[in-house]
Amino acid sequence: MKKDETIERHTISVLVDNEAGVLARVIGLFSGRGYNIESLTVAEVDQAEHTSRITVVTSGTPMVIEQIKAQLDRLVPVHRVMDLTVEAKAVEREMALVKVAGTGEKRVEALRLSDAFRARVIDTTHSSFIFEVTGAPDKIDAFIGLMRPLGLVDVSRTGVVAIARGPEAM
Amino acid sequence: MAAQELTGAEIVIKALVDQGVDTIFGYPGGAVLPIYDALFQQNNIRHILVRHEQGAVHAAEGYARSTGKPGVVLVTSGPGATNAVTGLTDALMDSIPIVCLTGQVATHLIGSDAFQEADTVGITRHCTKHNWLVKSAPELARVMHEAFYVATHGRPGPVVIDIPKDVQFEKAEYAVSPHITHRTYRPRMKGDIDKIREAVDLIANAKKPMFYTGGGVINSGTVASQLLREFVRLTGYPITSTLMGLGAYPASDKQWLGMLGMHGTYEANNAMHDCDVLINIGARFDDRVTGRLDAFSPHSKKIHVDIDASSINKNVRVDVGIIGDCAHVLEDMLRIWKSKARRPDKAALADWWKQIEIWRDRKSLSYKTNDEVIKPQQAIQRLYELTKGREVYVTTEVGQHQMWAAQHFHFDEPNRWMTSGGLGTMGYGMPAAIGAQIAHPDALVVDIAGEASILMNMQELSTAVQFMLPVKIFILNNEYMGMVRQWQQLLHEGRYSHSYSDSLPDFVKLAEAYGATGIRAEKPSELDAAIKKMIETPGPVMFDCRVDQLENCYPMIPSGAAHNEMILGDDPDGASVSEEGKMLV
Repeated sequence: MKKDETIERHTISVLVDNEAGVLARVIGLFSGRGYNIESLTVAEVDQAEHTSRITVVTSGTPMVIEQIKAQLDRLVPVHRVMDLTVEAKAVEREMALVKVAGTGEKRVEALRLSDAFRARVIDTTHSSFIFEVTGAPDKIDAFIGLMRPLGLVDVSRTGVVAIARGPEAM
Repeated sequence: MAAQELTGAEIVIKALVDQGVDTIFGYPGGAVLPIYDALFQQNNIRHILVRHEQGAVHAAEGYARSTGKPGVVLVTSGPGATNAVTGLTDALMDSIPIVCLTGQVATHLIGSDAFQEADTVGITRHCTKHNWLVKSAPELARVMHEAFYVATHGRPGPVVIDIPKDVQFEKAEYAVSPHITHRTYRPRMKGDIDKIREAVDLIANAKKPMFYTGGGVINSGTVASQLLREFVRLTGYPITSTLMGLGAYPASDKQWLGMLGMHGTYEANNAMHDCDVLINIGARFDDRVTGRLDAFSPHSKKIHVDIDASSINKNVRVDVGIIGDCAHVLEDMLRIWKSKARRPDKAALADWWKQIEIWRDRKSLSYKTNDEVIKPQQAIQRLYELTKGREVYVTTEVGQHQMWAAQHFHFDEPNRWMTSGGLGTMGYGMPAAIGAQIAHPDALVVDIAGEASILMNMQELSTAVQFMLPVKIFILNNEYMGMVRQWQQLLHEGRYSHSYSDSLPDFVKLAEAYGATGIRAEKPSELDAAIKKMIETPGPVMFDCRVDQLENCYPMIPSGAAHNEMILGDDPDGASVSEEGKMLV
């Protein structure tokens, strides 16, 4: 039997009961079975219902992706698993805080480029900026790449959050 | 008027009683003393004191597998919980419903490295279906009932409830119905009817069909076995089963081809390889079954019925995957088959059976006996013949003896055969036999063991003696960790590195030291009389059956080989293992 060995990148949304250890279960599943985590975000999304939403970006062959979803779905505190790459047209966003240090020409260039990326300056000193930039992960990659020669010193990224387009809930 | 308040320990006992639990297996310790105190003051639940917590879990597994009910374990914190880990992992791999209650240090001590503290929910997260740390008594009743629900619904498995000592003392109302539906966990029982129709079409049009069934049929209950029998007989198709599924279809039936897989029969494995429609019901394409994946049943359309969606397309791509409980799906298959008045292709089926009979005539399980030394296969075959007609439950340890038992002891009923299939836990058999004997006090319960495995949980013989459980420990003593030795012979040019069972105890004297009976057989001529004596002796018996030391377990699919590349006992020179195969276990 010929197996499809192409590696695909998928964004998977997991709605879970916000109970102790639920994140450890999800992460343990990925590490225990050798799956990749490219990014993972988690936060409570409904206080009354005590549900959290985990967004995980993973990669693997189609068979592995199918396994990941089935394995997630059988965890007891999981309400629903949705493959945003397959099941729905989705929007993905990530936020990054990017610290750039420098003076003179480079400092001006960093500020000019940040404008093109609609990044906001949220902290400044005479020799540094912190930019807040939001967008799809590749936009953030591009911004960080541009800042590197201009005095990039520190990056903090949230990881991807994603949601399906259209009127329906998950 | 408010409901009466109970302590956490009393809530535990009440919840167990409400769940219909009559027996638990456990070992006391500091962090579970309040529960043991509550246990002392009641008469509804019988506590079986084991000698090691691993034994408690295996005993609960034996109880669960022989009854279809969940097994319950009670152990203390720290080492009590960590000793239970092997049993929990075993139950997870073999889908056995176990509810394991562990004591924990008081809530204010958690995280302080207190005496006998261990992060039990952390440690057991990977070897349970789910687990809970209960931080206050008001949650306890709900968690207890939820735990039973999770352990027994969907694909069964072990769960752990970790209960800090202060919670066992804390008072709370007990106001929960035992019949809950879980907030998030609602496994699907009925299969997709369109897919079942598609499957029935494939089954009906098959020229060379093959049923391949597994432990899922057993777990689904006796109804599933009945439905499977009806469906298989209606079609007239051949059937094989995994190690875990033995007994779901009667081994005495002519459509039965014997077990498949690494030590399966020639006819079962060749039929798997050559079939055109493979009907997998409740098995999981385990590596012991499939052999080399890219050569596994290469020409067949595959149907897979499994209650666990993650089993479908995990190892082997299938054409029709049906998520559902075996009994429910089989019922629908039968109904559709009958309503459409399906008939198998008689001519094609006759040709297929003709081919299968050629394979069967190869007699792949045959072995040569002599007057000097007992052959291990012979010992099991005689044990089977001499216990036929009785209500017999068989457990095993892990190794050659386990495979010989699977090959030569034949089961006509489900729930009679208990073995560690997935995890391969040496030391499983004796405690499991104790659990089965507790559930079936008048039955004949035999642990078919090896001399190495039995020493791993030897201490449980004391449990058997204490509770007057007449388990029979039938040791095939070849003075080797036989399967290790066999692999060393096959893969490592006969360098028997540390696989000789040196300094063995005298098992007869050992049995006597425990207050049990010891019997020994050394010659084929003594075998029958000794086995009869074992059966007739009341109380626990340890049987030291001295067998051929260097006998190998055949047939065998070497690691990394395909189903049609078997090594047969009368032609062991065909044995060769590829470099890739050597990497596999």
